[in-house]
Amino acid sequence: MKELIILSALGVLSLIAGLLRIKRPFMVVVIAGLLLNIGFCIMDWNHNENLFNMMTLDNFALAFTILSSSLAILWFIVAQAYFQNSNTFSDHYALVLFAMTGGLLMVSFTNMVMLFLGIEVLSIPLFVLAGSHKTSMRSNEAAFKYFLLGAFASAFLLFGIALLYGSTGHFDNAGISAFLGANKLSGMALAGIILMLGAMTFKVSAAPFHFWAPDVYQGSPTMITTFMATFVKTVAFAGFFRLFFLSFMAVRSEYAMVFAVIAALTILVSNLIASAQSNVKRLLAYSSISHAGFMVITLLCMNNSSAGVLLYYTLVYSISSIIAFSIFKWVKTHSTENEEISAFNGLLRRSPLLAVVMTLALLSMSGIPPLSGFMAKYMVFTAAITNGYMWVAICGIAGSLMAVYYYFKIIMAMFADAPETSEIKVPGNLKFVLIVCSIALIALMLFPSQISSLI
Amino acid sequence: MLTLLLILIPLISGFILLFTGSKNARQIALVLSLIEFGFALFALNILKSSATESLSYSIPWIPSMGISFHLGMDGISMLMVLLSTLLMPLIIYSSFNKRYSNSHNLYALMFIMQSAMVGSFTAMDGFLFYIFWEVSLIPIFFIILMWGGENRQKTTFKFFIYTLFGSLFMLLALIYLYLHTSTHSFDIQALYAAGRSLSLTEQGLIMGAFFLAFAIKMPIFPFHTWQPSTYVAAPTPGVMLLGGVMSKMATYGLIRWVLPMVPDGVQEYGYLIISLSVVSIIYASCIAIIQKDFKYLIAYASIAHMGLISAGIFAANMQSLQGSMVEMLSHGINTVGLFFVYDIIYKRMHTSEMSKLGGIRGVESRFAFMFFIIVLSNVALPFTNGFIGEFLLILGVFQTNMLAASFAGLSIILGAVYMLRAYQKMMLGETNSLTSHFPKLEKQELITLSIIVILIVVMGVYPKPILDITESSIQTLLKGIQ
Repeated sequence: MKELIILSALGVLSLIAGLLRIKRPFMVVVIAGLLLNIGFCIMDWNHNENLFNMMTLDNFALAFTILSSSLAILWFIVAQAYFQNSNTFSDHYALVLFAMTGGLLMVSFTNMVMLFLGIEVLSIPLFVLAGSHKTSMRSNEAAFKYFLLGAFASAFLLFGIALLYGSTGHFDNAGISAFLGANKLSGMALAGIILMLGAMTFKVSAAPFHFWAPDVYQGSPTMITTFMATFVKTVAFAGFFRLFFLSFMAVRSEYAMVFAVIAALTILVSNLIASAQSNVKRLLAYSSISHAGFMVITLLCMNNSSAGVLLYYTLVYSISSIIAFSIFKWVKTHSTENEEISAFNGLLRRSPLLAVVMTLALLSMSGIPPLSGFMAKYMVFTAAITNGYMWVAICGIAGSLMAVYYYFKIIMAMFADAPETSEIKVPGNLKFVLIVCSIALIALMLFPSQISSLI
Repeated sequence: MLTLLLILIPLISGFILLFTGSKNARQIALVLSLIEFGFALFALNILKSSATESLSYSIPWIPSMGISFHLGMDGISMLMVLLSTLLMPLIIYSSFNKRYSNSHNLYALMFIMQSAMVGSFTAMDGFLFYIFWEVSLIPIFFIILMWGGENRQKTTFKFFIYTLFGSLFMLLALIYLYLHTSTHSFDIQALYAAGRSLSLTEQGLIMGAFFLAFAIKMPIFPFHTWQPSTYVAAPTPGVMLLGGVMSKMATYGLIRWVLPMVPDGVQEYGYLIISLSVVSIIYASCIAIIQKDFKYLIAYASIAHMGLISAGIFAANMQSLQGSMVEMLSHGINTVGLFFVYDIIYKRMHTSEMSKLGGIRGVESRFAFMFFIIVLSNVALPFTNGFIGEFLLILGVFQTNMLAASFAGLSIILGAVYMLRAYQKMMLGETNSLTSHFPKLEKQELITLSIIVILIVVMGVYPKPILDITESSIQTLLKGIQ
């Protein structure tokens, strides 16, 4: 309960701070609040606190809350400039914090209603944030596109829930699970499951419902894109996993093939398209989709250890994404090349720190040891092969090879000579986040089981 | 513990060098690499007193996935560790006269690479081996990318993707084997047991997956297309590491991870690989003959020699395996020697096109003499180290596959053709306007060449100590196969 209260209170506080025009120290308050939230989560560990049969703060929920809060802290530190530049900063704080509240609902629900509420509380602030560059056409387009398609997906989700309720008579996951385990699967229930699967596939931006992601990622302000690619993706996957793990495990053989196809398709299509991109933001958007494909494999091979694998994968992926997006943002503002790969030309000369850390992040995303991205992919591949989905693993390997191609385009650019050689100064907050993240990328490789056996 | 030190010393050296600045980087690097060599000799001493257990080191790493940080050394690993630790100071010393920008970073990357290579030579856990194998790729990629010559962007890219492609098949094979172990473990003995329990077809497929990874790295026809351009684009220290040590990771991998893992598969399908190796020998030798550029010639000669080693490994008997071990060592030394000769010539003449050179012997006879000994070793003349290896290899292959041996023997004849021709074109004949001003060798170059020449001759005249290092380990290995 404390976690829910603190997140929503922080959101309300930031609105009040806007009224009182408190600007500077508010960042500190938010970060302190999030740290407190992490502290509460650690205190509640193993307690399985049940809130009105609507949500349960079990270890799964707590682990993902700790992860998402830590990501949010890192994000708030790098996104300082985003808040400073806007004169309506308090609205933005409030929107982000409300989205985080939605995230908490999504990782801890035990009732379909809470799942739907969580998704909506998460999404509606995001629609606004995507359009927060009010004067930019692209940003407006992104918000509009995201809103329309998101609303559509929500309708699917609701319809799915309704069908499921109609066939099982339950809204809570335990009841649904028990009913499905005891009775033969009816066509209506299966339709409900598939509709929900489609809606969640949209939310995590996996193929074939990924088309919104590149446009929205590209159009939104870069820092909001970072938030979507890390925090939102993490909680959306946690919610996706939780939904299927708690409710539909009994009938998993009915829909397993759908997951297998989604995983393979996402990995192949996104990597193929990403290889042809020259806009870095779009490229990173497609890379984010391809990682969604790898994460879907954990849903495909769902068992007691998969949650840990998903936790590890999202953690590693989010850390490298924060690095990549925030460096991209900083390089973009110091380059005339706009968002093209050539903006990275000669980065090694201009700022060795940025070039080295970016290389680490890209190597991790392409899954090359000794970076933890390798371990994450390895766990996923092993899970796929153990469960007899060799062909999905092979698609994954083919996808990884394609990914190496486009990630290395950026690496090559950074190490190439460039006409422009003005030095790029790295501000303290960015430096802090980059160093923390790169240490984490290497440390996670050394101690993977400490994370993956957590839940 | 000592084995762990052998990995940690270069790693730490690499990080030290990152912070020293480029002023005294060469001297520091040389000292650090000599320390590492000293520890390797110490390890050899321990191994000789037959206390192999003291060289093994094992702590659990990721117990839930059956992965442990297990290192160990037998004679085979020892020889490879010796090779890499011996070549490292030589390579560093040979680069003393050349000014590389940010040389401390270059040396740092070389040390990190050495650490990974020693790691892959001593890893006794499949997962660990794969990690070290992949890690070694990253430093060399950046060495070529940052200090390489023309076209380096394209070639490094091709090199990286190509080798990664092969490695991923090895990863698949390792995971497959891991899932067939009774206790779900990556430990080498568990993997051996799992591999041997597989059916013949499965063993063949596993062998193929491993071989693909190793064949690309060696390289062997038809997986060699990345190699010549990469060798040419790479800076001299980088190419010495690539050709001298890194290619041996692949042949070592065949001996350590393929032969004992899938013995029936090797018995049944090994002839395919022997044939491919023989094709590779002849193909690469023929291409080497028509090369105009000396560096390309060295690259193709290297493919030919690696082909012979690979054929020897799959012949899988005492002589051929002993031969391949010796040949790996001597090929490492000779390749470094040849690339150093190339470097000396290129630094002075700014070309390595053989037709533009000639008559250098008349100008600088000491250089010509030492170059000649390196050439002789490459054409496997008796009393050079090349002879010991190639003789044992061909003898060994002959016992298993007479036809293959007779073709593999061509390697010596064709080798003589391209090597002696290259020597003739560059060193003999009339001097031209370019070569008549060939500057004398500097002291450092003379010392480096002398060390290489002495190694060649000593190993050629008295190879017994080297054969002794590996003999018992190979016997154990062969016993396990039969």
